[in-house]
Amino acid sequence: MKRIALLGMPNTGKSTLFNRLSGASARVGNWPGITVDLMSAKILIGGHIAELIDLPGLYDLHGYSDDEQVVRHFLCNNTIDLVMIVANSAQIDRQLSLALQIRALGLPCILLLNMSDEAKRAGITINTEEMSFKLNMPVVQISAKYGVRCPDALKAASLVLSKQKQHVDAEKISKQLQQDSNIEAEMEAIVEATVQMPMQLGDDLTNRIDKVLLHPWLGLPIFFAAMYILFQFIFNAGKPLQDGIAWLLAIFRTNALEPLLLNAPTWLSGLLLDGVYNGLGTVAAFIPIIVLFFLIMTMVEDSGYLSRAAFLVDALMAKMGLDGRGFVMVLMGFGCNVPALMGTRVMRSKNMRLLTMLVIPLSLCSARLQVFLFMTATLFTASQAPLVLFALYLVSFITIFITAMLFKNQYPNSEPFILELPPYRFPTGRQIWLRGWQEVKYFLSRASKFITIGVILVWALTHFPLDAAPASSATLAGKIGDCFSVVLNPIGIDSQLAITLIFGFVAKEIVIGALAVIYGLQGDALMHLMAQKLDWVQGMSFMLFTLIYTPCLSTIITLKNEAKSWAFAMLSIIWSLMLAWIVSFVFYQSARWLGF
Amino acid sequence: MNPASTQNLSSLKPGETALISNIDADNSLFHRLAALGFRNGKRVELVRCASFNGPLHVRIGSTDIILRRTEASRIQVQTS
Repeated sequence: MKRIALLGMPNTGKSTLFNRLSGASARVGNWPGITVDLMSAKILIGGHIAELIDLPGLYDLHGYSDDEQVVRHFLCNNTIDLVMIVANSAQIDRQLSLALQIRALGLPCILLLNMSDEAKRAGITINTEEMSFKLNMPVVQISAKYGVRCPDALKAASLVLSKQKQHVDAEKISKQLQQDSNIEAEMEAIVEATVQMPMQLGDDLTNRIDKVLLHPWLGLPIFFAAMYILFQFIFNAGKPLQDGIAWLLAIFRTNALEPLLLNAPTWLSGLLLDGVYNGLGTVAAFIPIIVLFFLIMTMVEDSGYLSRAAFLVDALMAKMGLDGRGFVMVLMGFGCNVPALMGTRVMRSKNMRLLTMLVIPLSLCSARLQVFLFMTATLFTASQAPLVLFALYLVSFITIFITAMLFKNQYPNSEPFILELPPYRFPTGRQIWLRGWQEVKYFLSRASKFITIGVILVWALTHFPLDAAPASSATLAGKIGDCFSVVLNPIGIDSQLAITLIFGFVAKEIVIGALAVIYGLQGDALMHLMAQKLDWVQGMSFMLFTLIYTPCLSTIITLKNEAKSWAFAMLSIIWSLMLAWIVSFVFYQSARWLGF
Repeated sequence: MNPASTQNLSSLKPGETALISNIDADNSLFHRLAALGFRNGKRVELVRCASFNGPLHVRIGSTDIILRRTEASRIQVQTS
């Protein structure tokens, strides 16, 4: 099978072209020696099936950035029949250098001048025939977004494909890069001869919008307002969808699965229903949130606002070793950690991404909020409860700050903070849906297995041995709770609450359900009992611990998938457990010492 | 004021333009800047600065770029 690599600078619409050519058939593939995910798809080209690979965006082949290394590695370790170089027509005066570098490697290539629609609007004309002659490679001007002339691009590609393939070694890349100054001169000559640019450049509409959105005083308030609205939209629209899925799953359970397993032994129906089926339900609950999140994030990203958000808040984030885009993801983490972690892929520096992924699980997500709403309503008066909630949000921000400050030297960012501000664009509906679909597919294929295993494990812990009452102190979970009483007593958490913490490992919102199972009470009765059993200091300590102690199972699995490392996921768990204990200990002991 | 004075890109005022006269940066920063169009002799405009001493928004040719002050201070410009 022929192999085609798609390569280009960031913000050239490379991925849009990839989606245009591949439809929804793309999948994430593993490549030898490469630690980031590359999308690939089988496409029909000139009567043959070829494999199309979307390489990360890069500025040149020097290999200073993580992405440049990935591309170099890929080019050296795989045979490639064709490189499709994608460039932004409106910026061809500087992007041509990449095409010249690739050509110098001797790889068969074609140059696709994308965003022809924008270039046309800006009054830029390019003589593609002349450019093709001077570059000695086919040049086609296309618009990937609207599908203009994409068939012509494929035709040109199929002609090149029939030629001999070339191999590249690392030495060739280094040797060729020393001729950078030649490339610069050649680029200028070619642009001079083939490109006509109007004197006055710059998108007027973009300038006018920027004047408002990047205003020295208005910019930040607008940013926070916009984030608040998007946040509310994602999670308010997501909630009924999640409830709907849970409702459907419950109906299927009571009407189909439970009658089916009526005669099965209790342990088997427990394993299948409370283990496997609930595990799948946990996975399913994330689908609406992930889809909505990426529908919105695709709009924020592709419209060009995300880079502008980075511009606005960078001053606040630079000290923490993070950047503005990380801040947006941390904010989104306050809704749900899982899509926020997946969203960090927009950051191209690996270390900065890891640091951001380390702090996101500390944000008080909506699942934790449910627990705190219940607990504060139980233990505090109506006037105190909002203050307690506010304090918990504050603690969440402080733990994020402390974690970033402590770990920023562990994950030093090697890449300079230089971002392009693209003109404002409207992504098409097709682009938005495709992204949402791809991300959900990715989450389901990577996460469902481990999440289900985790849920089964917790079910087993809380139901074995079989003669013990579920979730009682006689179960394995109860025994574990007893073992940890030495560390949990000093923070005011008794062994029954310890069992709920084991449940909370699956998903934080289960904590309340677990309390209901343990005490055999629900609603007001449960609240009443809790208020009797716990004083406010214990309750607060329990809430602080629940806030920080471990990300939920789905978050941990996502952490592992995104970082490609179990060790990193473990670090996140161990660090949050330690931090949770210290925070709860300091709170509980000083409150007691003060006489509360 | 001198007719042609050399200064840092970060010391320009919003709306001012200047010619790049020298880029004093390590390899990784130098190549990134070059790929984005920062080369000697090119005209650069400082569009705006973010609040709280934040990054700069500059324009070179058809490209708008944001960069932090530490990186911008590596770029010498000449105002005429």
